[in-house]
Amino acid sequence: MEVVKNREAAAAFEELAMPLFDQLYNFAHWLAQDRMEAEDLVQETYAKALRGFSSFQPGTNFRAWMYRILRNTFLTSRTGLKAATVGLDLEEVAELPAAAESPEALLIDQSQREILQAALEEIPVHYREILLLCEAEEMSYKEIAETLSIPIGTVMSRLSRARGALRDRLNKKMAA
Amino acid sequence: MDQWTEKLDAYLDGELSTPEMSDVQQHVRGCPACAADILSRVQMKRAVQAAATARFRPSAEFRQRVRAQIAPRSGLMPVRIWAIAAALLIIVSLVLLSGRERKMARQQVFREIADLHVSALASANPVDVVSTDRHTVKPWFQGKLPFTFNLPEVQNSEFILVGGRIAYAEQSPGAELIYQVRKHQISVFIFEDRAFQTVSDGKAQQRATFNVESWSQNDLRYFVIGDASAQDIHHLAELMRQAAQS
Repeated sequence: MEVVKNREAAAAFEELAMPLFDQLYNFAHWLAQDRMEAEDLVQETYAKALRGFSSFQPGTNFRAWMYRILRNTFLTSRTGLKAATVGLDLEEVAELPAAAESPEALLIDQSQREILQAALEEIPVHYREILLLCEAEEMSYKEIAETLSIPIGTVMSRLSRARGALRDRLNKKMAA
Repeated sequence: MDQWTEKLDAYLDGELSTPEMSDVQQHVRGCPACAADILSRVQMKRAVQAAATARFRPSAEFRQRVRAQIAPRSGLMPVRIWAIAAALLIIVSLVLLSGRERKMARQQVFREIADLHVSALASANPVDVVSTDRHTVKPWFQGKLPFTFNLPEVQNSEFILVGGRIAYAEQSPGAELIYQVRKHQISVFIFEDRAFQTVSDGKAQQRATFNVESWSQNDLRYFVIGDASAQDIHHLAELMRQAAQS
């Protein structure tokens, strides 16, 4: 009976988790910035999530749960620890002034997309991840708060700083 | 950054309540600075979305690896059932092969003999030497086979000798004698015994649709096969045995 239950749970998990595979991999690759590491991250995430699936509350946000596991796995990895140290005092970083001349209008073609991708890779990981969750994953502030285990107020302020940092980085790249 | 600027991101992210949203909209309509700001933020949002979404794609091989890792261990997926069934089948057949190699080989020989019998029946010239007389048929094989054998006198039985031909089985030449009994054709094969080590003796047995009887005598391996009754096959086998003894 227990075996059957486990099997059913595993099947339910597969059904919920596999549709997220591409997104999770994209997110992992953005965080780790390396294919092998991204694969390790995703694999570990799925293994951990399957093991802990019984603790997942049905009806709550499965996607946020998966992203949280992936992110926590990343933050405890060597690359993650290194990356996170850089962003430790991020919340204290002074508000960046809104750019007078906006670089956004220029971001039309492929080469500019590459500049933006490079800028995203260069900003601290805490900014990168929140931008990815918000823009690429189109998560709500509530989902982001769940994923990052932070209050919604912090989501808003960090998102604002992340956007400012990206803008700043882009301006520097455009100027160069 | 005034109170409106602070709200623009939340507005674009769809995080404002309905009354807050209409407040922002109303303000933006009358404020060129906020309108420009909002445009720039929208463009940035879209650009990041385009740059970040699905930029990295997992390989199919990797997806398969993870899927296999999390897959339920058994049951539920039909594909998996078949995979397991196939694997079991392979294991079982391997066991059978190793355990009953002799039997498999024996069956292989019987199949070969049955094929020879059928091909003789199907042939336009089923026999190379046509004669009802054993004294004609037996000498015909001389010089064609590395052994000799005796044939029974069937004049007073219900069997009729039709003729004989050379047959090959297990890379070994042998004699095939064709008899008839009430419109049934029966083949008697005689080979050197050493080519048929895997075959054990047996009374008339049903194999496929034929009855077969096989035994070893004077270092020769005999097969009597045909679609005649087991009784007829056995009877002819008895006659062959008696002739071989004499």
